[in-house]
Amino acid sequence: MSALGNIIKKEMKELLTPATILPIVIIALIYGTMGGGIQDIQEQAKQPPIIGIINEDNSTFSMNAVNILNQSAEVIFNSSSISDKQAGLEELKQENGVALIVIPNNFTEHILNKLPGQIEVYWIMKGAGVMDTISSGMVDYLITNINTNLSTELIQENNSTNATFILSPTQKVETTYLKDKEIPGLSPSVIMSMLASQSIMTPIIMMMIIIMAGGIVITSMALEKENKTLETLLTLPVKRTSIVAGKIIAAATIGLILAIIYMIGMNNYFQGLGVSQIGINLADYGLVLSSPQEFLLVGISLFVTLIAGLALCMLLGTFAKNYKSAQTLIFPIVALAMIPMFITMFTDFDTLPIAFKIITFAIPFSHPMMATRALIFGDYFMVIAGIIYVSIFAIVTIAIVVWVFKTDRIITGTTKFNLNKIFKKRK
Amino acid sequence: MAAIEVKELVKDYGKIRAVKKISFNIEKGEIFGLIGPNGAGKTTTLQIISTLLTLTSGAVYVMGLDLEKKPDMIRRIISYLPEDAGAYKNLSGRAYLEFIANFFDPKKKKEFVRKGVEIADLGERIEDKVDTYSKGMKRRLLVGRALMIDPKLAILDEPTSGLDVNNAQEIRNIIKNIAKKGTTVLLSSHNMLEVEYLCDRIALIDQGVIVETGKPSDLMKKYNASNVEEVFTKVVKD
Repeated sequence: MSALGNIIKKEMKELLTPATILPIVIIALIYGTMGGGIQDIQEQAKQPPIIGIINEDNSTFSMNAVNILNQSAEVIFNSSSISDKQAGLEELKQENGVALIVIPNNFTEHILNKLPGQIEVYWIMKGAGVMDTISSGMVDYLITNINTNLSTELIQENNSTNATFILSPTQKVETTYLKDKEIPGLSPSVIMSMLASQSIMTPIIMMMIIIMAGGIVITSMALEKENKTLETLLTLPVKRTSIVAGKIIAAATIGLILAIIYMIGMNNYFQGLGVSQIGINLADYGLVLSSPQEFLLVGISLFVTLIAGLALCMLLGTFAKNYKSAQTLIFPIVALAMIPMFITMFTDFDTLPIAFKIITFAIPFSHPMMATRALIFGDYFMVIAGIIYVSIFAIVTIAIVVWVFKTDRIITGTTKFNLNKIFKKRK
Repeated sequence: MAAIEVKELVKDYGKIRAVKKISFNIEKGEIFGLIGPNGAGKTTTLQIISTLLTLTSGAVYVMGLDLEKKPDMIRRIISYLPEDAGAYKNLSGRAYLEFIANFFDPKKKKEFVRKGVEIADLGERIEDKVDTYSKGMKRRLLVGRALMIDPKLAILDEPTSGLDVNNAQEIRNIIKNIAKKGTTVLLSSHNMLEVEYLCDRIALIDQGVIVETGKPSDLMKKYNASNVEEVFTKVVKD
């Protein structure tokens, strides 16, 4: 074997250990499953959107509009009276409908009088993710088609010389129902982009803290082993719990400080881009956290998740043999934090299939990322259940870490379960 | 009551039996050496007595305390110096001693640090970062750390390993002095001439088994040898 081949073989053997491969394989499997789920969502989005129509006008122009809608959408509710609006909305909610389109009785009359004919759209939004607005985008496209079609017809009839009216003979009046909130005047895509710009900070903060504080914990463990200071520490009169807690608290504090510094820079960056200046005040629509209790819940969720994440890092840190191996061990944690980050960006917990709901709920990092949105829509149960789950997760993980600190594994790198001994002790 | 009682101690690493039913006692104030080649089971035995590793079977008592039941209490009265141990690189020598002293009686903290500084004997360099120390300076700091707290039992794994003649000699003198003041010392070494000078009694360990125990002078007489190294060679051959 050549010298180069010999070195490559040695490096591969050192780098390809179960400790580095296993977490990545698990993460790859999770991502693979998630990818399948996203494909399912995309397939669903390709289906014609489910809508309802109330046509009070029942004359030439409105009939044309209804025809366009019937051709490209699945219409499951039809009526000619606005008094059926509530019934229509209920049916659409039950059948995964996207919108109820109401054409008022003066639609054709307005157009003939060279005034824009109103089309009322009542959007039904199930979640606030990008994926949740795909169907509404398709309906939006159909409404644009109605507008274009009417323009063509009016031009052919030489109906008017008013260019503004000819190009936009219809006017869309929107109301969105998102979970239990009625939001007049805003479309699903605007709501989605506003909520995303508002809730993007929490996942980024979470990611930054985890990367920074998690890296500190894992590196600290690796350095203790590499510098051979751990053996001394473990023979001092200090409880294993104190060693574990001390490392976690110190890393959490430094991680928070680093994250604050990072976020100040990040905030300036976003302000520079004008992301926060869309011009719609979400508070006017009740789409912001309003009470100190809500902020407190988000804070608690962030705190318990940080502790759980660091305990997980500490557990991984016990695998670290030296500084070099510590660098690869942070990767599974980052990858795990990225799953809920993508979920909160692209879809909504409420609209996920049950299997993904379980995976998302099981990942501790999901909870602070979802907490803001859940609280905005009054889902206190979700947030409190998340805090309880993550707290239990943190306690169990810390207990496992303390147990590892009490075993030979921390010194020798291996653990053997001696069942006979355990059994004998219990007896 | 013996300072240490080791009864039929066994330690397995998976399928490998590193320590095979060894037994020995150490009296208070004694310097006891565990002597043997690399891989004989010396460090494993010391790590078990230091509460770092669990034992597979057998029993160990330190100052009458059962190792399996009272590890926390044992940690209060022992001090362990691992072979090739390090200190926190970003701390100064003094800050490192203060960090360790904080785990013990707060009333004696200043006294412990003063004693640690005295044993380490690093002069003004005690204020410098550990990262800047030579190997010898680092080892002296660690010996100072291990002995400053007046432990009832000092467990020293290869205390002079890697040191030059002068540094090694100084550390041997320090060990002799603390034993005179009542500290029991259990040390391991594969330097058999060193233990001949230092130890009141020794146990020769080979492949996880104690093959001989006694005073160096008695063993040399018994095996008609001029030094412990010769004793060891003859015992292993037998």
